[in-house]
Amino acid sequence: MFEDLSSKLNHAVQSLKGEAKISDVNIAETVREIRRALLDADVNYEVAKTFTNHIKERAMGEDVLTAVNPGQQFTKIVYDEMVEMFGQEREDIAVAHTPPTVILIAGLQGSGKTTFAAKLAKYLKEENNRNPILAAADVYRPAAINQIKTLADSINVPVYSIEQKDAVRAAKEAVSMAKSLALDTVIIDTAGRMHVDEAMMNEVAEIKEAVQPNETLFVVDSMTGQDAVNTAKEFNERINYDGVVLTKLDGDTRGGAALSIKTVVEKPIKFVSTGEKLDALSPFYPDRMAQRILGMGDVVSLVEKAQKEFDQEEAEKLQKKIKSDSFDLEDFRQQLQQVKNMGSISDLVGMIPGADKALQDQEIDEDSFKPIEAIINSMTPEERHNPDILNATRRRRIAKGSGTKVQDVNDLMKQFNQMKKMMQSFSGMGKIGQMMQGMKGMKGKLPFN
Amino acid sequence: MGFLEKIGLKKKEKVEKGVEKSRSGIMGKIGKAIAGKDTVDAEVLDELEEILITSDVGVQTTIEIINRIEDRVAQDKYLNSSELQRILREEIIALLKETKSDKPADFKAQFPTKPHIVLIVGVNGVGKTTTIGKLAYLYKAAGKKVMLGAADTFRAAAVDQLKIWSERADVPIIQQGQDADPAAVAFDTVSAAKSRGADIALIDTAGRLHNKKSLMDELAKIKRVMGKVVDDAPHEVILVLDASTGQNAMQQAKAFTSFVDITGLVLTKLDGTAKGGIVIGVSNELEVPVKYIGVGEEIEDLQVFDRELYVNSLFSDD
Repeated sequence: MFEDLSSKLNHAVQSLKGEAKISDVNIAETVREIRRALLDADVNYEVAKTFTNHIKERAMGEDVLTAVNPGQQFTKIVYDEMVEMFGQEREDIAVAHTPPTVILIAGLQGSGKTTFAAKLAKYLKEENNRNPILAAADVYRPAAINQIKTLADSINVPVYSIEQKDAVRAAKEAVSMAKSLALDTVIIDTAGRMHVDEAMMNEVAEIKEAVQPNETLFVVDSMTGQDAVNTAKEFNERINYDGVVLTKLDGDTRGGAALSIKTVVEKPIKFVSTGEKLDALSPFYPDRMAQRILGMGDVVSLVEKAQKEFDQEEAEKLQKKIKSDSFDLEDFRQQLQQVKNMGSISDLVGMIPGADKALQDQEIDEDSFKPIEAIINSMTPEERHNPDILNATRRRRIAKGSGTKVQDVNDLMKQFNQMKKMMQSFSGMGKIGQMMQGMKGMKGKLPFN
Repeated sequence: MGFLEKIGLKKKEKVEKGVEKSRSGIMGKIGKAIAGKDTVDAEVLDELEEILITSDVGVQTTIEIINRIEDRVAQDKYLNSSELQRILREEIIALLKETKSDKPADFKAQFPTKPHIVLIVGVNGVGKTTTIGKLAYLYKAAGKKVMLGAADTFRAAAVDQLKIWSERADVPIIQQGQDADPAAVAFDTVSAAKSRGADIALIDTAGRLHNKKSLMDELAKIKRVMGKVVDDAPHEVILVLDASTGQNAMQQAKAFTSFVDITGLVLTKLDGTAKGGIVIGVSNELEVPVKYIGVGEEIEDLQVFDRELYVNSLFSDD
């Protein structure tokens, strides 16, 4: 589970070998590695420093465990500290005692405010049975109002907008409009603005003052680097927001900005937004974010996905088969099918710890299973069950039947045998992990890839 | 204190709260600390590291820069403070690739071919459409015949947005509306640029995250069809990077170049406090120049990138 950082740390903790207790001297290298990992993930320089100091304090005096490897021991400490910093409690957005509930959305240009506003409207409508109206208070960007109208149309939510370039007025009137139409929620989308733009920062503060929102949300792009703390602080000083929304988490960013913002402004992260489809919005989970920042992959999501598709009993049977070396081609075919049911291969691979690194230069071909399946499908049940009987004649027949070459069949068999061996050696990892490791080994070696 | 005031490029009313650590005289400090020595103090290196990391230069590139400085100091020995400052600047500038003459950044320069076709790509929200609006205006002001192509047919109202920019810049735009095939729009734009004798055509594309393979394949297709109308088109593929983006910009750059061979970079949103230091590593890694910087929301807020000014700005405080 803690593959990426812990493998790095394994190297760094050489100095701990033979030591009984963790001390100032023997963990210097380890702390440096942790700091570097955090900086690579875009955690703010100062925040990373403070964080590693905490880690040091926490680790100091602990016994060097002999049961687990020291890299894992350290990764666990880092992970626990990070989850703790994010806060365990999930906080929902506020609801007004007397409707309408007013939600104000602010952030930098391009952070994804408008898309988020529409997603939130859909979310509240579907999950909480609310009747929202969107207020188009971005009166500057060319076609911004058209953008929000198009999005709103697609989710059947009304939009309030005005011709004049007066954002405060647009917001105020939207709230009055909601009252007169008996709509219970107003979501105000504002223009993107630079935190150093005094006039624009005044404007958003004025909007807040004028509409007295129940909830003010600061939207931030999860790819943001070191500057995240500056903008988060500045917006917080001006509009004292209630929560943070992280957008574009469907990319491959590690999202260290989340930790920086949480540390510096101490406001909860309330939502994460993960795609262009309007239902791609979910609550924030501290543990998943911590895993992501530490490069552990989104193991939890992967496991959840896997659980949906995998039958527990089947999985246990499979586990036994792997251990007893009776995993055959029929099992393999079923596995392929299950993996395919889970979604696109590239999405799955992205969730596996370390896989993004291992595969970074390789293109993932979504059709790469097809020839493998064709070959297996061309075998008799007996051949699938007992691949050892595959002699030259049988292989020729299979190649012909599957539209491949004998060489391809040979390669598949070779890879299958290697994979079986590998799976046994990976008995510590999850089932999907084994599966993927097996495939990774095959990747690029099969002629039709 | 905004980044641009430091390089004296733009004056704008700014929030004066001390969100940023003072860096006054850091070059002097570095110079003093290493002058007359053949090694660099750990303390100085720490300070240099802090400056580079907080500018989003990234750990890898920072280590590379520090190694270079250490090598130079060990080799040249006992340099005075101004020589050391010069070396530091030189080493960083060397990582930023130069603009080539067949792909000029200067708006007045002659293009080697007519029409000169430019494809603009990047992830969501970096400012592609705005950058195109500004480029169109500046090329037009320099006497070039410009044409725009609205191949972002995905994002709601993106075509409208580019259309407004085309009106502001007073240049023609080729469009087929939302949800049209972007490759078809690109094809039409290049054809129109050719038949109407445009000097330059700028083609906007939808923002896409670089890890979405199908969208990246689509981009490669958009690029491919352009070459069917004009040989070697597009002549430039420009990746737009947001200055506030951190280390992910490197992954973006690598992914985009593997699909469409990036030839130049634009760094946007430099009017905030972010410094966009990741471009140093990206320019070095992809071996492509940073051509322009975006410095505000007005149509003229785009400038030709100047390596020296940029590097100075990383270290100066006023």
